[in-house]
Amino acid sequence: MSKKKGLAKVTIYPDWCKGCGICAAFCPAGVFELRADGKSHVVREEECVNCGFCELHCPDFAVSVTPKEISRRKTDACVDPRVEAADPSAGTDPGPEENVGTPNREEDHGHKKA
Amino acid sequence: MAQVTQLIHDYLRHNKKFPHVYCAGCGHGIVLGSLIRSVHGLGYAKDDIVLVAGIGCSGRMAVYVDFNTVHTTHGRALTFATGIKMANPNLKVIVVMGDGDAMSIGGNHLIHAARRNIGLTTLVLNNNIYGMTGGQYSPTSPVGTVSATSPFGQLERSFDIVDMAMASGASYVARGTVLHATMLDGLISDALEKPGFNLVEILTPCHTQYGRKNKFKTVVDMYQWYKKNTVKLDRYRQLKSEEQDKFTPIGVFRDEMRPGLETRYAELRNKLQEQRNA
Repeated sequence: MSKKKGLAKVTIYPDWCKGCGICAAFCPAGVFELRADGKSHVVREEECVNCGFCELHCPDFAVSVTPKEISRRKTDACVDPRVEAADPSAGTDPGPEENVGTPNREEDHGHKKA
Repeated sequence: MAQVTQLIHDYLRHNKKFPHVYCAGCGHGIVLGSLIRSVHGLGYAKDDIVLVAGIGCSGRMAVYVDFNTVHTTHGRALTFATGIKMANPNLKVIVVMGDGDAMSIGGNHLIHAARRNIGLTTLVLNNNIYGMTGGQYSPTSPVGTVSATSPFGQLERSFDIVDMAMASGASYVARGTVLHATMLDGLISDALEKPGFNLVEILTPCHTQYGRKNKFKTVVDMYQWYKKNTVKLDRYRQLKSEEQDKFTPIGVFRDEMRPGLETRYAELRNKLQEQRNA
């Protein structure tokens, strides 16, 4: 994943966070903020450059940086052509979704007939 | 960089009480994460690793991580580990000790484990104080440290763990800090792969017992201190001697490929068996 803004989703597990403030002090993009409840909060997620400092330095394993939902959908979309390309008969086949659907329908019909 | 936290969670014993006992901002958690990343990166199976820990805050590490673990008596982690390694040399034995555990109570064991060059990976978590037992000054506390047992500053000269390990004959000696986490991953991975006795000293802050009494307002100040006062070894060697006193060098101090005691022992055993059969 490239170091572009707005591609990462930053999550804090509040039960594990002890509010030491390392993430808030060292984050190069100022994503975190310590609040009165003694926990760190994500305030500027869109500024995250995905450097990974908070994940490496959180002593309580309470921060996780994951690709955002949008990018996850993108990767899902990327997987399908790869499956088609790997399958030698992919050119003539209909889409993978229909492929999955058809055998089930046939089985259903079979059960009804029996 | 993503998914690091998920990886660490896979290696923890989730039936133990979490979040762990370490104080807010304690570097021991970062070392635990770094150790897990290194073990995962090298592809060792969980059952091939033995984590031996002594008493102290660092000793809690053996409780949380899902390897074979032994929580031993104070200062004797290396002796237990020596026994484990000699009994089953195929296991990867990691010893986690604190500075008091390694240098004062188990100091003799450290010297002799290094002298024997037995194939152990030792992580010495140096926080300059006896944290768990109430903040007494330790053999690595700098001169002038204010602690529970030295309210006006302590007068004794402190140990340099790296110098001590090198003088005793360890084959791989390095120093890292918890602030330089990526570098620490590299040092621990390196140490795990080398034969013989490997020692990595890790500077880790203890704000509760050390920092509060020694003019560090928050734990973040201690991390800032590491940022300002540590330099890579290459740069440290280029500095003038007056400047060198201000900085703590980090990096790999010795990297030799010498066979461990368990290898030499196996060779001797095979040789004697051949002689007897001949």
